[in-house]
Order: sequence, then structure tokens, then C-alpha cells
Amino acid sequence: MKVLVALSGGVDSSVAAAELIDAGHHVVGITMRLWGGESDTGCCSVADVDDARRVAQQLDIDHLVFNFTDDFQAHVVDPYVQAHRQGLTPNPCIECNRHLKFDRLSERADLLGFDAIATGHHARVEAVGDRYFVHRGADPAKDQSYVVHMLPQRELRRTIFPVGHLTKAEVRERAAVLGLRTAAKPDSQDVCFITQTGGRETFLGARIPFRRGTVVDAAGVVLGEVPAIEMVTLGQRRGIGLPGGGPKRYVTGIDQATSTVFVGDEADLDVAELTVGDVVWADEPSSGEVMVQCSAHGVAIPAVLQHDIVRWHSPQRRVAPGQSVVFFDPTNRYVLGGGIAR
Amino acid sequence: MHDGYTYLDHAATTPMRADAVEAMLPFLSEQFANPSGSHRFARQVRKAIDEARDDVAEVIGCQPGEVIFTSGGTEADNTAIFGTLDRSGGLAVCPAVEHHAVLHAVEARHGCIVGVDATGRVDLEALASTLESATASVSVVSVMAVNNEVGTITDLAEVAAVVRRAAPDAVVHTDAVQAAAWLDLRTITPHVDLLSLSAHKFGGPKGVGVLVARGRSAFTPMLIGGGQERERRSGTHNVAGIIALTAALRATDSERLDENQRLVRLRDELVDGLQAALDDVHETVDRACKVAGSAHVCIDGIENEALLYLLDEAGVCASAASACASGAMEPSHVLAAMGVPHERARGALRLTLGRTTTLDDIERATTVIVEAVRRLRKGRAA
Repeated sequence: MKVLVALSGGVDSSVAAAELIDAGHHVVGITMRLWGGESDTGCCSVADVDDARRVAQQLDIDHLVFNFTDDFQAHVVDPYVQAHRQGLTPNPCIECNRHLKFDRLSERADLLGFDAIATGHHARVEAVGDRYFVHRGADPAKDQSYVVHMLPQRELRRTIFPVGHLTKAEVRERAAVLGLRTAAKPDSQDVCFITQTGGRETFLGARIPFRRGTVVDAAGVVLGEVPAIEMVTLGQRRGIGLPGGGPKRYVTGIDQATSTVFVGDEADLDVAELTVGDVVWADEPSSGEVMVQCSAHGVAIPAVLQHDIVRWHSPQRRVAPGQSVVFFDPTNRYVLGGGIAR
Repeated sequence: MHDGYTYLDHAATTPMRADAVEAMLPFLSEQFANPSGSHRFARQVRKAIDEARDDVAEVIGCQPGEVIFTSGGTEADNTAIFGTLDRSGGLAVCPAVEHHAVLHAVEARHGCIVGVDATGRVDLEALASTLESATASVSVVSVMAVNNEVGTITDLAEVAAVVRRAAPDAVVHTDAVQAAAWLDLRTITPHVDLLSLSAHKFGGPKGVGVLVARGRSAFTPMLIGGGQERERRSGTHNVAGIIALTAALRATDSERLDENQRLVRLRDELVDGLQAALDDVHETVDRACKVAGSAHVCIDGIENEALLYLLDEAGVCASAASACASGAMEPSHVLAAMGVPHERARGALRLTLGRTTTLDDIERATTVIVEAVRRLRKGRAA
């Protein structure tokens, strides 16, 4: 097959390309240039593109760079900023996978005559009957099925995750054996378009006006103030302008209209159900018993799914609106679908 | 050159001439000495450099003492801007379509950027009013002779006249990197004080170029050290590179008229062929304004990144705008300055011809491009 592999400049995609070559495919590596602004982390720096290109040279495959900065701005950065403005807690990496890696890149791969696209995600695409589903990666600590949950059948049919059957240690070992320069490169962390030095606050502060928020308890007693309600996340405990030493207080609600942050006990965060919007399915819509995962490295929890409502078997901590909620099959092995917490 | 491949990216680099390769070889082996030395080995090499300088000056139309060998076009451009500002203070001015080696240098020193017309030529009225209204005195005005993306020729006599009138103390620099293969440099040099060339654009090797410094030019050197090039550019001479540059420049100069006639026909055939076979192929600049080897079109309904991939796959080497440090295509600052809408610029394709280009290349490229564009348009419509 002719396979387009997305090379980020990291070790996982490097080994993914090597695995595809071993399997006898005609492999072309591409690196997406996504973020045009300042960056000191993540996968958009020139140094990372250099690493990707050098790995491609070592593996003797062609390497191209596609400039998707406009799409990234429109589908990832702008919505990220708007979501914060609305008091949501977005997950930009998932939107990037949805709109860039498995939409824009996939469209490009079609146009250019590739049979399949591959990435270095720790997940596996396997058939269940005559349908394909994203299965969890072999390394439980590195499993990324959550962040690629949005793939429909037409994408799943031609998506390959060549390192999904390996543990991270095995990936690094293979890279070392092949002498790849990325073998010992640290994993990318955090959001690629937000600098470590400036952080989320600097990034958002340059793009939206921050509003002060009043912090009150359940009885309506004013306890303090936060400088930017846009920076507050449901469940947050630190940095909400309360003096130390008192009882542990958590953000239990945010009212944008009145710029109010409600705080309470940890138990106040527990809810019996969760509403999910914008749900996409790998195949047909599911209902009934499912396993539900609400963060990239969170533990899946059993629940009953009825339409867009997740009913927990026992009360669970509220999920910050804007976070992705992913449904796995009752055995917790593969993705059925997912959406966004309301 | 390479069987089965069609190379239409001569503006990026043109293959080295065999005579240039041959000329440089002795200086990579037995003629190894440092020309700045005093013994016989050094003197031999020094003689070769001196003779090369005479030849280069003859083709450029300047005095040998006005020729400074550099590491390439970027160093020559940077020296013209930074060196002049460091020496004289004041402001640098350039049009918005300059090569980044000039544009970024001017921007780095907070200079003034002047607009261009739809062909990419500097707007002379805007230039005059910028020079007249500048808050500080303007010390250097840099205007390229031929644009690297769209091939537009600028009349430097006109530019120089405006500068002499509106900013009499300013020197005129021209980046003539894309002109050397197509225009007689003797017609450009009299109008300017500083002029940049790069060998690999006319059949010489990469990593060697020329800065011509004449007239009232005065600049602080960028590289100081051993005092080579009359203290204007220190660093041991790239001897083999300089010898090859000279051979290539001489040969280019003597073949120029014939090559212009031959390639303008091939270029016209290429663009006419694309426009005949495909709808909505827009020629970016009228051919009358351009050098012979340059074809530049904007093709509606495609993205050039995808097109270039298919062309590459089919063995046709072409380009779009300049690539950034990562290798990704950047939206062209040249097309933006010319007022080409962003949507149209996405379909920009630069095809540049040169000495090795044949009629076969043009026919093959036309077939491949037409097929690739049809495929991409069909794919997008689906």
C-alpha cells in the first residue's frame, strides 16, 4: 500500500514509519506545520520539523511539509479561545486530531492517491465483525484511544497506528536499535501553541478581555475574587483567590452572566449523570452499558448511556464542560464514540 | 540531466555548467594554497583570483576593485543594508516584494516598506513620497532588478532617478541575483551603487556570490578579521567557488542573447499550453514585463502544495512561493503585495526555465501539470 505517515518529529511517529517500511509499504512522511506563532513546546517548531526530516532521511523515505496553519487557526486555536471566553474547558488536541490529522490530512492523502494514513498514536484499529474500531493501545500508561475517538468507519478503514501494539519502552528500544535521532527525545507535553514561559494566561490574555469574578459559597457568602473568570475550571482547587488553611474548597459552578464562581466541598461536585453533546460514533449509535472516559489519562467508569445522557452507577465528579467524553464498549477495549461534556 | 525528470526550478538553482565545474577542480586539488600567503603556491592562486575579478568586473560593467566576493546573495544583500546603516545611520527603504535577504534586513532595522503595482514593480510615486516624508534621512534604497517569484523586471534607471531627486544622500542597492542569467548587467550597474549576485543562479556553485560596491557606497564590513577583499569582507577566499563563478558568469554572458530567444519561445509555449488545456489558469504578470525564463500562473480550484506533490511524483520539479525554515509553503509575500487575493495565491505555480530546458521538457511538463490539475479539481469536486 501507499501510506502517508504523519511525522511529528517525535519517537512514536519515527518508529511508526519504520514499522510501515518493515511491513513492505511504500511510505511517504509528512509533517504538518500547524501553528505559525510563538512556540517552545509541542510539535510545530522548526527543530521538530528538522528531526522529522532527518528521521525520514535515515529511513530513506520522502518527506514533505504541509502548511495547515490557516486551518489550525480556524479549527483549533480560534475555537479554543472562544470556548474559554464562554467558560468552557476545551481540549484542543482532540480538535486538532478531528479537523487536521483526520480530516484535512486525510483529504490531502485522498487527493494525492494514498491508500492509507498512519500516525504514531498509541492505539490500534481492529475489526469487530465487519466493522472497525479504535482499540486501546498495548501500553496502558500511554494509551491514546481517547484522543482519536472521533474516527468514523470511512477513516478507520484506512487508518494505521503502527506502534499501537508496542509499549512506549519497546518503541524507544526500536528507535535506538535503528539509530533514530529521536530515540531518547522526551514526549511532547501540553498544548503546542501555548508557550511554557507565557502559559495559558498570557496566551488567552492577548486574545480576549479577562473579566473579574466573585467567588461565593453555596450560601452566597462572598469569599474572594479571581482576576479572570475565563481562567477558572470546574473542579479547580488552587488559584481561586481564597486564603490557605481553611477547608478544601473546589469550584463547583461558574456563572458567566454574573461573573460568579461558586465553591464548595468535594462532595458538591458529585453528580448522578452527565450530558454529552456533539456525539460522533465509530459505527451505529450505541446505548446501554458502556465504559466512560472523561480525560486523556483518566480511568474509564461504568455507566448506562441513554441518548445523550450518561447515568453513572454511583455518583461521579462533574466533568468540566468542553471536555471530551469517550464511550468504550462494556469490556473497555474499544471506542464506540464520544462527544463533548455539556 | 536526469532521465525521466523535468527540472523547471531554475530560479531556485540552475545546474552547474560543466565548464564551471572543470574550472574549479584544480583549486580543489593541486592549487590548494591560501591566496593570502606569500609563497609561490599562494601567489599562483592569488593570480587566479585577480584574473577572475577582472573577468567578473568586465561582465558586470564596473572596476575590478569594486568587486567583493561573498558567500552568496544573502551575505551581499545583508551587507548592503546593515553595512550601510551601520556606517551612515539613517533609514533603509525597500519595496514589499524584495527577497527576504533584503526585506527582513530592512524590517530588522525598522526601515520603510514601499508598495508595488500589480506587476510587482515598486510604485515610484509611493517611493518618492516615502523618501520625502521619512522622519530620518534615508541612507539606502534597495530595489531588486528581477523578482525571484514572478520574474518582473524593474527599470533601475527610473528608480535611481527618483532616489537622486527625493533622497540625494541615499545609495541605491539592487539585488540582481535573478537578473544575471537574463539581463546584461552592464545596463544595470551604472544606475546603482551596490549590486548583489549569487553564482548558483547562473551555473556556478552554491555558497559564493558578489557584492559590487561602487559610486558613493560606503559600508561597515559584516565580517572582520584577515582583511581580505580590501578590508571589506574578511575570510579566506572560497577559491574554487570564485573561479567557478567567474567561468559561469562569462559563459552566461556570451550565450545570453541566444538563450533568451530560445527560452522565451519555450516559456510562451508552456504557458499557452496550460491555458489552452485548462480553464482558469491566470498568468500572474504580463510576459512583456518579465524575464524570458519565468512562467508564473495561479490555477483556480487547487492548492499548490498538493499540485507540487503530484508533479514531483510524476518527475516534474517546480515550486510555488518561498519555503520557510520548516520547509512548509508560506503564503507568498510577493503575491500579497501585488494584490493577488489569498484564495488565488493558493494555486500559485512557478515554473522557471534555464540552460538545460528543452522542448521535450515543456511538452512533458504541460502534460503532467494538466493531468495533475484535472485530478485535483475532480478530487475536490467529489
